[in-house]
Amino acid sequence: MKARVTITLKSGVLDPQGRAIEAALGGLGFSGVADVRAGKVIELELADGTSPETIDAMCRQLLANTVMENYRVELL
Amino acid sequence: MKSAVIVFPGSNCDRDLAVAIELVTGVKPAMVWHAETELPAGTELVALPGGFSFGDYLRSGAMSARAAIMPAVAKAADEGRMVLGVCNGFQVLTEAGMLPGALMRNAGLNFVCRNVALDVVNSQSVFTSLYDAGERIHIPVAHHDGNYFADDATLDWLEGEARVVFRYAEPVNGSARNIAGILNDRGNVLGLMPHPERVVEAAHGSTDGRRLFEGLVGALVG
Repeated sequence: MKARVTITLKSGVLDPQGRAIEAALGGLGFSGVADVRAGKVIELELADGTSPETIDAMCRQLLANTVMENYRVELL
Repeated sequence: MKSAVIVFPGSNCDRDLAVAIELVTGVKPAMVWHAETELPAGTELVALPGGFSFGDYLRSGAMSARAAIMPAVAKAADEGRMVLGVCNGFQVLTEAGMLPGALMRNAGLNFVCRNVALDVVNSQSVFTSLYDAGERIHIPVAHHDGNYFADDATLDWLEGEARVVFRYAEPVNGSARNIAGILNDRGNVLGLMPHPERVVEAAHGSTDGRRLFEGLVGALVG
């Protein structure tokens, strides 16, 4: 089985990379970009039957830093 | 004073830290590889060096915080031994949950590498007893991820309990409340982004970092 973990900065946390991307889009002439938030995607190839609780524990213990990040798990 | 410097793959200030500690204490620290599971018996100070351990993969300090040696470092802190994390070492301590908050990408996105002015906010700590309260010192920084972040309640707690030890006296990286270095609840774990080990000899152009190490020796002897 496969899981995809999407990690994003919590709302309210300044995202300087997002700001830089936003400015670069503006520089390329794209108008109407109100906000950009950058995150990361981690794909896991897992043993069949790995429980949602185990995947959640992986996220909390390593994949995301919950001080500043949120995470979302999708099973593929 | 018996000390240990933890060496992670990608640490690059481990030698500088060892030289500074030896200069001040007269005793060479043990260099402890991250894959070890125990510190040398009787270690009184554990130092986590600057660098880019594990290539800053995932997040700065994230991999090192889960290294085999870290339970022993946490145990040493629980036993009241002193733990000092400089730069990447500070990032590792926050990732390991030994200090609150997190260190994010600098607000200006730039790698900042220069001398910065710092105010010694708390001169009562075991790490800063030889500095004057409110003293302004200059110590170099060299980091990309030094933007300290914590929620307001944590920041209020840090300030209320005098856990903020060093504050930037100029804009550096966007850190919340200009925080450059903090203590844990018990006061025996210090993390800071500036590099005191780089300013301990006259030849370095400044010795503003030296008293941090001298204070530790004094605390243990006294």
